[in-house]
Amino acid sequence: MTDTVSASAIAPTAAPAVIEPGPTVVMRDVSAGYGGRAALTGVSLEVKPGSLLAVIGPNGAGKSTLLKVIAGLLRPSAGHVSVMGGEAGVHARRIAYLPQAEAVDWDFPVTVGEVVMMGRYGRLGILRGPGKQDRERVLEALALVGMEGAVNRQVGALSGGQRRRVFLARAIAGEPDLYLLDEPVTGVDATTQEDLMDVLEAEARAGKTVIATTHDLICAAQRFHQAAFLNGRLVAEGPANLVLDRGLLSETYGGHVLVLPGDDGGRLVLDDAHHHDDAPAGERHYHDDRH
Amino acid sequence: MDVFAFITDPLAYGFMQRGLVASVVVGILCAVMGTFVVLKGLAFIGDAVSHATFPGLVIAYLLGAPLYLGGAVAAVLTSLAIGVVSRRGRLRFDTSVGVLFAGTFALGVLLFSTIDGYVADLLGYLLGNVLGISAGDLLQVTALAAIVLAVVLAIRKELLFATFDPMGAAAMGLPVAFLEYLLLVLLGVTIVVSIQAVGIIMVVAMLVTPAATAQLLVIRFGRMMTLGVLLATVASVAGLYLSYYLNLASGASIVLVETVFFLVALAFGPRTSLRAWLRPQASMPSR
Repeated sequence: MTDTVSASAIAPTAAPAVIEPGPTVVMRDVSAGYGGRAALTGVSLEVKPGSLLAVIGPNGAGKSTLLKVIAGLLRPSAGHVSVMGGEAGVHARRIAYLPQAEAVDWDFPVTVGEVVMMGRYGRLGILRGPGKQDRERVLEALALVGMEGAVNRQVGALSGGQRRRVFLARAIAGEPDLYLLDEPVTGVDATTQEDLMDVLEAEARAGKTVIATTHDLICAAQRFHQAAFLNGRLVAEGPANLVLDRGLLSETYGGHVLVLPGDDGGRLVLDDAHHHDDAPAGERHYHDDRH
Repeated sequence: MDVFAFITDPLAYGFMQRGLVASVVVGILCAVMGTFVVLKGLAFIGDAVSHATFPGLVIAYLLGAPLYLGGAVAAVLTSLAIGVVSRRGRLRFDTSVGVLFAGTFALGVLLFSTIDGYVADLLGYLLGNVLGISAGDLLQVTALAAIVLAVVLAIRKELLFATFDPMGAAAMGLPVAFLEYLLLVLLGVTIVVSIQAVGIIMVVAMLVTPAATAQLLVIRFGRMMTLGVLLATVASVAGLYLSYYLNLASGASIVLVETVFFLVALAFGPRTSLRAWLRPQASMPSR
């Protein structure tokens, strides 16, 4: 892959399946917070193209903060962030960010079709209205999430699960290279969760990078490839099934008992052989031995 | 008296012609900006900015400068100050705006009390007198309204995205903070343009009422704006004719017609109608 085009040579409008030569996201010792209060401290993380990464951790662990830093919405107080070869925020048009459901005004007079079309705005640029191709993309994205019949409904009239489907369709419609999804499957029914994860898995297989926060540890273990465990700092990261180790969970969640079904208990025991010698105490990196 | 004469008689007067054009222009402008005011919850800010124009007007009068200019400077500065307070303030936002609101208006009243004698021009700005508008002022009102409307039209989809989902819009690279300040500046200009017609005290009604009425009736952003414009136009014309025939204050007449529209929409609209209210079990929305 030595003759791959350099990141800077790829125009924002490049074909969606372009795979970056380097990692999609590189974070080096990043700290960030709000008004002097640190939500994240000393996080170093690398996310490769084609990753399907679950960001997990208790409330207030800094999951949303991590996404905001990568999206360029929040400037880190320390450390360095590189996204698709540039500073965070530089390649904004190639990123789709899905805010938490509470961040959106659901009384807003806007239809499902209009919401999904917003995903195209980055490509349209100022002064240009949507064309035929944009409308086709919107319908395709809605079909992918099973909401094509709701184009003309007010988004606020939908159920919680349907709203998440619509917002994921908006992300897809923008044909991004990086998905940053804040709680995409929180508060949705089981069918919706499976459907949305199928869509995200297909996007990751197509070379897109998907980073999603979730409270659903079973979903994280079963449907994501990698997991990053946050609790103010990065507690662990690696293959999802290894990171979601019971001992580590109780450490992060302060002793709350969590049961993960279907896992081989022996394999989940923390192994010092997998533990980087130079990793700070309490921080564990696992080798991804599945590929 | 036949209907035709009923409509054309008042138009024989130049002040009625100018007043009609001015109130329709102001109505349209306020309805468009009002759509954002209603959706972003800026009604209180609109009220604060309009009151803050008063010291600007008085200072301009004292300096012998054009009143318009004084009002515009005060309105835009207050809008921007509110923008800064909302982004960086530590107090509750409505508290900061309330302090600013009362303080600036008091400054205006204080300066006004230093002027000897009766100043009709300045009092006209408090309650509005659209029938007193001069041809030159009308030209200014129309030009400024055209500029504001052109800007809003040009970036309407960006404003829509940034208003509906600021985080998602910022992540996509839209300059959300800039759009927010721009919207506040446009709001400031709108208010200065409008106070001549309906006055400092009632301009907030022109901003909020047609858009709020439209929001009760339609579910699309574009249609809410269009319907708001339509309602404001009808209310401006009807209000002015009422004021002519019944010898009522022009600004108050326009505002009250808009208020009647709102109450009718509230009573008979698809989502808030009295029938729905009386049958809570049958028509409760699912969420």
